[in-house]
Parts: sequence; C-alpha cells; structure tokens
Amino acid sequence: MILIKAFLLLLLLITVLIPFFNVKGKGIVTFIAILLNTLISSYFAFLTFLGEKFEFILPGSIVSGLIPLRIDALSGWFMMVINIVFITGGFYGFFYMNNYKSQKNNLSLHSISFVFLHAALISLCVIQNSIAFIVAWEIMALSAFILIIFEHGKITTLKAGINYLIQSHISIVFLMLGFMWMAFKTGTYDFAAISTYTATHDSSIGIILFLCFFVTFAIKAGFVPFHTWLPYAHPAAPAHISGIMSGVIIKIGIFGILRMLLLIKPDFTIIGYIILIVSLISGLYGVMLAIIQHNLKKLLAYHSIENIGIIGIGIGLGCIGLGSENIILASIGFAGALLHTLNHALFKSLLFYTAGNVYLATHTLDIEHLGGLIKKMPQTTLLFLIAAIAICGIPPFNGFISEFLIYNGLYSWLHEAKLASLVMIIFSILGLVMIGGLAMLCFTKAFGVVFLGSPRHQFKHEIKEVPFKQLFPLYLIAALIISIGLFPKLFLNLMMKPVSLYTGIQQASFIPLQGPSFDAIQSLSYAAWGFVLLIGGIFLIRKLATRKRIIETSPTWGCGYIAPNPKLQYTANSFVRSFIKLFKPILVISKKEHKLHGIFPSEETHYETHPYDGLEKQLIDNPLKSYKSFMGRFLFLQNGKLQFYILYGIIFIILVIGLPLIYEKIIELMNFFKQL
Amino acid sequence: MLSFILIIIAGLFFSGIISRTKSIASGRKGPGIFQPLKDVVRLFKKGAIYSETTSFIFQIAPTIYFASIIMAMLIVPFGQSKGIISFNGDFVFFAYVLALGKFFNIISAMDTGSSFEGMGASREALYSMLAEPAFFILMGSFSLLTGHTSFQEIFAALHLGSTISYALATLATFVLVMVAMIENSRMPIDDPKTHLELTMIHEVMILDNSGFDLGLILTAGYLKFAVYGALIVNLFIGIVGYQYSIPLFFAIQFSMAVTIGLVESFMARFRMNHNAQFILVLSSVSFLIFFVVMLILGKFI
Repeated sequence: MILIKAFLLLLLLITVLIPFFNVKGKGIVTFIAILLNTLISSYFAFLTFLGEKFEFILPGSIVSGLIPLRIDALSGWFMMVINIVFITGGFYGFFYMNNYKSQKNNLSLHSISFVFLHAALISLCVIQNSIAFIVAWEIMALSAFILIIFEHGKITTLKAGINYLIQSHISIVFLMLGFMWMAFKTGTYDFAAISTYTATHDSSIGIILFLCFFVTFAIKAGFVPFHTWLPYAHPAAPAHISGIMSGVIIKIGIFGILRMLLLIKPDFTIIGYIILIVSLISGLYGVMLAIIQHNLKKLLAYHSIENIGIIGIGIGLGCIGLGSENIILASIGFAGALLHTLNHALFKSLLFYTAGNVYLATHTLDIEHLGGLIKKMPQTTLLFLIAAIAICGIPPFNGFISEFLIYNGLYSWLHEAKLASLVMIIFSILGLVMIGGLAMLCFTKAFGVVFLGSPRHQFKHEIKEVPFKQLFPLYLIAALIISIGLFPKLFLNLMMKPVSLYTGIQQASFIPLQGPSFDAIQSLSYAAWGFVLLIGGIFLIRKLATRKRIIETSPTWGCGYIAPNPKLQYTANSFVRSFIKLFKPILVISKKEHKLHGIFPSEETHYETHPYDGLEKQLIDNPLKSYKSFMGRFLFLQNGKLQFYILYGIIFIILVIGLPLIYEKIIELMNFFKQL
Repeated sequence: MLSFILIIIAGLFFSGIISRTKSIASGRKGPGIFQPLKDVVRLFKKGAIYSETTSFIFQIAPTIYFASIIMAMLIVPFGQSKGIISFNGDFVFFAYVLALGKFFNIISAMDTGSSFEGMGASREALYSMLAEPAFFILMGSFSLLTGHTSFQEIFAALHLGSTISYALATLATFVLVMVAMIENSRMPIDDPKTHLELTMIHEVMILDNSGFDLGLILTAGYLKFAVYGALIVNLFIGIVGYQYSIPLFFAIQFSMAVTIGLVESFMARFRMNHNAQFILVLSSVSFLIFFVVMLILGKFI
C-alpha cells in the first residue's frame, strides 16, 4: 500500500519539480522517476511470476466507489513489457532530446507527460474499477497526444496528433458504452461484477459485450480496419515516443482484449474465430502496405499493424483452444501471443530507435534519399539488422520463437479439426507464411536501400554515428532479442503463470507448458545454438582458408558499363515494383508524372508516387466527404450577418416556449378525439 | 546422420549430372560429371576481389547462406532414421533457416549498389515469398494425413498403400520439384545460362562474389538441390529397409537431376512477369493435395 502511495506521490512531485530544473536536469529527473516507478511495479510483477496475487482497495470517491487494484500474472507480464520499453526508451530519449535543447518549456511538458504516460499505462494494468479505468485511459491518451505533438511547429505533426486524439476518443466511447451497460446492470463499477454478471446470463450478452470492448481495444491496438491513426502518429512523434507507442501503447489494447477475455468468459469458439479472421486480415494488410511506404517510420508503423495481427492470431488460437477444451492449443496460443507481445515490443522499439538515429544523422526519413549509411553508422546498421531479422521471424532471434509457437499451435490443432476449422487452419497457415515472406521482402528493401549501396543523396552536413551513450540502451534491447532466441525456455517459464490464468491449471510445476509442442522449444534452443556455432565455424574456416590469398578491391561490376553513378542503383520503389504490379487491386498509389516531349527532351522532369491506404479512403475519407457535402447544404445559415443570428435566437426562444404549449394542445386535441 | 552423408554424396554429383544431361541432349561432348566440383575446388583456392561499395555484410553473407543450407541438411531425415536435429515442427525451422540464407543473399546483392544485382534481389525476394506457402501447405496436408508434426515422424508414417496415396505422392513430388527449381533458380523460372543479366535471378545476385565466397555459394546451391531431392525420396521410402532405400535414394536423385537437365534442354524460360502466376499455381496444387487428404480422412462430412 505504501508503495502504491509512493508511486502516486512521485507523479505529483515530478509535475511540480520538473519546470524548475535546467534542460539536463529535466532529463535526469524524468529518468529517475521512471526508474523508481519501474522498481515499484517490477517488484509486484516479479512476485506475480512466482504465483502471488495482490489486491489493494483504494478508498476512491463518491462517484467511483471503492477502487480495487488487482495485480495478477497477466498484469505482471504487461508491466514487465512496459517497464523494459520505458527504461530503454527513457534512456534513449534523454540523448535524443538533446537536439532540442533550446525548447525549454516544451521539454518540461514533454518530460511530465512522459512520466504520466508510464504511470497511466502501469495503472491500466492493475485498476479494476470502470471509472478509474476510464480516467487512467484518458490520462494515457492525452499524455500520448502531448508526446506525439512535440514538434507542433510542423503542420503534419499537429494533424497526426489530432487524428490520434479523435480516434482514441472514439475508442473511449465504446469503452464507456460497455462500462455503462455493466454498471447499469450490476450497480457497481467493480470489474469482478462483470465476471459474475456474464457468467449468470445468456452467452450472447457476453459476446456483444466483448465485441464492444474489442472495438475499443482494437482501435488502440491498430487492428484493421481500426488502424488508420497509427501510420500517422508513429512517424510524427520523436523516435523514442514512436518506439514506446509501437512497443507499449498499442499493446495496452492487446492487454485490454486479454483482460476482458478473463473477465467476460464469452463463447470462446465464436470469439476465437472472429479474432483470428480480423488478425489475419490485419497481418496481411499491414505488411502489404508497409512494403510500398517510402517513409521509414511509416513503414515501421504499418509493420506494427502486421505484428498486432500475429499476436491476434495467437489470441484467436488460444480462444478456440479454450472453446474446444483443447488445453494444449489454448496454452500454445496464449503463450505465442504473450511472447510475441514482448518480442514485438523489443524489436519494434529497437527499429524505431535506429530509425531515430538515421533521422538525427541525415534529417530525413525518406528512404529514397538514403543509402550507404553502413559506412558512416556501422553500429546503428548492425542493430537495425538484428531487429530486421528478428521481425521477419527468422532464427536464431526472438521473433522466430513466438511465430514457431503459433505455427505449432496451428499444426497441432489440425489433428482434431473438422471441415470448417480445417479450412480456417489452412488459410491461417497460408496467411502466416505470406506475412513472413512479405516481411522479408519489406525489410530487405528497407535495410538494403537505407544502409547499403552508395549514398543516393549528397547531404550538406556530415553524417556521423550517434554517441555510444545513446546506443547503449539499444544494445541492451538487442541482447534481450538474442537471448530470447537462444534461451526460449527461460522466457516460457516466466510466461507459465499468465498462461495458466486462461487454461486454469494452477500447479506450481511446469505442467501448463508441457506437451510435445513445448518440448520442441528445448530442441529449438539447441538448434539455434548449433546454428550460431555453425556460422561461426564456417566463418573461421573461411578466415583461415583465405588468410594468404590476395584480396583486392575494385568498383562494382557494371556489366561492361564503366561510369556507373549512385542513381543507377536499384531504388526502394523499383525493388518492390513487381510486388506492386502483382497486388495492384489492393494497393492505392497515386502517381504524379511529367510527360516528356521530343526525341531529346531538354526540360527537367519529375516523377512522384504517393502510396495511400485504400481502406482509409473507403472507410474514413469517403464518408467524411459525403458528410461534408451534406453539411455544406446548411452553409447558408452561417452567413455572418448579425440580423440572421438574432433571428435564429428568436426562433429558438419561440420554439422553446412554444413547443410545450403546442404539445399540450395536441394532447388536448387527442383527448377530445378520443372522447368522440 | 545417414541422410546428412547421403545428401552430401548426392550433392557432389547432382550439378554434374544436370550439365552432362544437357550436353548429351544438345549433342555436345560437354564437361565431365566432376566439372562443377573441380570448379568449386579451384574457386576455394583463389583470392577475391571485393567491390569498393560493399561492406561487412557482403563478406559474411555467403558464409551464412552456406551455413543455412548445412543446417537445413541436418534436419532432413532418411526414412526411419531421424535427421541430426528433429523435433515437432522442425519443418518450420527448416523453411525459416533457409529464409535466413535468402535474407543475407538478398542484402548482399543490395550491398554492391549495382542496378543488376538489385534487380535479381528484388525478384528473389518476391518469388521465394510466393513459393513458401506451397511448401507449408504441403507439410500441413501430410501432417493432417499422418497425425505428426515432425519431418521424420511424418515420413515414417506415410504409407503408400492405396492408389489415391500414389496420386498424392505424385502431386507432392511435382510441388517439391518445382519448389526446388524456384529455390535454386533453375529453368522454367530462371535460366542460369542466359547471357543477359537483365533476365537472371540468382546468377545476377552473385555477380560480384568471387573466390572462396563464390565457392561457398556454388556448393550451397549443389547441396540445396540434393536437400530437396532427399525430401522427395522421403515421400516414397517410408519404412523400407536400408538395402532398398539407399539405392532408391540415389536412383531418385539421379532421375531428378536428369529431369532437370531435360527440362532445361527442351523448355524455354517463362516470361519474367508471368512467373508470379506460375508460382501461385503451385500453392493451388498443394491446396489440392490438402483437399485430397481431407477427402481420404473423411473430413468433408
């Protein structure tokens, strides 16, 4: 209890203190605050992994009633993910923000919001009272908004921020709807009441209620078609904030879905199928759009949608496992989803931080202007490469472990499935394979074009590697990525408790995560080790064999052409051209082309392509357009003439007074008719 | 262990047999069966020239590519005897390990900053992405049929008793042969002997590799063929004793090599922009296999 009070008091203290420090002091104080809050929450998280559960009751207020804080293993797992990302993100951000030293007040606001965001996310994991939950949710949404619009001088940033703000409030509408419904039915704001209410009522209520919450959390998590805020907000924010948004904020949506599954216990089979289908679409759509992006951070943002899809496939499998009482499938599904949540938080934040390094060095994120950075920024390149391989789900890194679990779930489900579920499985496998393959296409493009080859653009300033202090947290994340890939068993043991919340097996032994598919993890870890050793061994042999050979350097072979220049290189757009042609019906790309005239055209020409989101066009832009044109018909009312406004006022007053009178008359008339 | 040795032996001869078949079919005297091996040995002894544009990626990529093939070889079983590594879902690991090799191949091509190599890299990335579903669905069908999820258990349990199972194995062979062709960038998809860089896939990606690295890449290519050959062999040997299965192994590898040689002698390469459709056909063939398996197991009711 004291710890929780300390947690809250710290926030208050920070808010008051931060404005009085100088720029460096602000950074240090922010980081210390994050560190202290992390220590407090990690203490609880760690204990939950050992099987403890906590319940604290805060007094609350008249409006909210008692506020229970319940910390179970699921909260613990997400608190751990949040803390890892915030510690590394805070450390990285401290140096990243050095470049904005002059904006003192802006930095104060930024630091305060940063601490608040962390606290809000942690409290969302533990609060079990609807009103307090909505308040924490709102604090999260607003502080994230302030963090996104740090560079509010840029119009695109501000637009992206407002887009995010509106969409997160649409999600709050659904959240409030669900909570109000439950509060109305049960008379209390406690989450436990939801559980008891849905257990005693018809299962269709559970499904509708769950879907209501699902929309809320899907907007936050970025499931297609609720994803449109995400590709704007991520690129607009500073790098450490993008990393945190992609690593954690969208994960709180996943947490919400998982929490509601625990509370509502709806008809798991139907819910499982719904989640599975939505996730498959999200995964495929996300990666397809990621491939055609030119902005590095936007590309990464679309990949977040893809990875949310993969997590969703895991959750869907878990639900179907619960629905069909297949405990192994349930454990594999939830384990895969939870592990991928952690994995994605790691490699995606690493990718965003390295993208931030690229931005600091070159001041651009347009990948068509980059190239050859490996010579100037070797460490950033290596870190990006590790994260890129991990996100493609390739061994021996962490992404493979969680995808492997999900594959295993799908293949083990195969043996007891009937017709409909078999078709579902085979399309899920197809989807997952396609996602993997497309991710590889995307990241070979991104890595190849940004870091390899020769520079495509001459920058006026010198490009140099960021200092090691700034790279240090990135190395930490990379180490975690590699260690999950090489020691997956260790992390699966950690995950045993949260998974057993669903499967209901509560023993302290390793029973929930046993069975053939989990035994494979141990062999997989050996295989990964063997693979690493094999690569090392062959490299050593190569080194020894070529020790005395003559090594020369010369220009790249140009097939006979002797004056190549960097413009002849393959560009990002040409790299994915055949893909674009193949998937033309799904993709929306607007072209701006300047036709050339004559045999020897003398004028300069320009060619631009702008990828756009087809779903956004259909679901948001077009309805908005028709809404606007409908509302445009009433534009004559707003004509700026004072007389008219006075007239409106008079009409309003007459109506207010007159309507009840008319109503009374009508009633009288009706009575009169009735008497006849 | 057995499969590892057998694959190496098969890999030694595979490419030689292909080129020998091609030379006989076209009425040339042609090189001997051991010529590819001699080429590789010669390359291993040579120095190397690296492009000024390249970085460490270009240096490590061939090693990782080679290691990924060796790793894949370790997983492939031989009938009853397990591969050196075997666990549930090992075929997922198999495909993803190969993907790591491909990843490095592609980025090493991008590392040279050459327009030709970028072209090859782009095609390789797209085609291998399109080819992968076929393999996974095929393995899914066998997994459904046999009730197991590891290479060795699946192949050991794959009994070929009825006519329909033979049809299944034939279709599966077709899919695996075509996947092998795509993975190795051979004829109908890609022509390694074309003299125009614009129309190559794999060969154009390794234009700048030389010496030991090129040797590694070529060796890896030979072994990759044998790996897929071994998978096809596994479709047929099941629980047959070693005295039959080992000769059968070489017979099937030999006939696969001859088939590839003949295809390359008598067929033209597909148009590059039609490749994607062709590869997608493979996925539908594997879907067909999946539905046949569902039919056999009576899951349609």
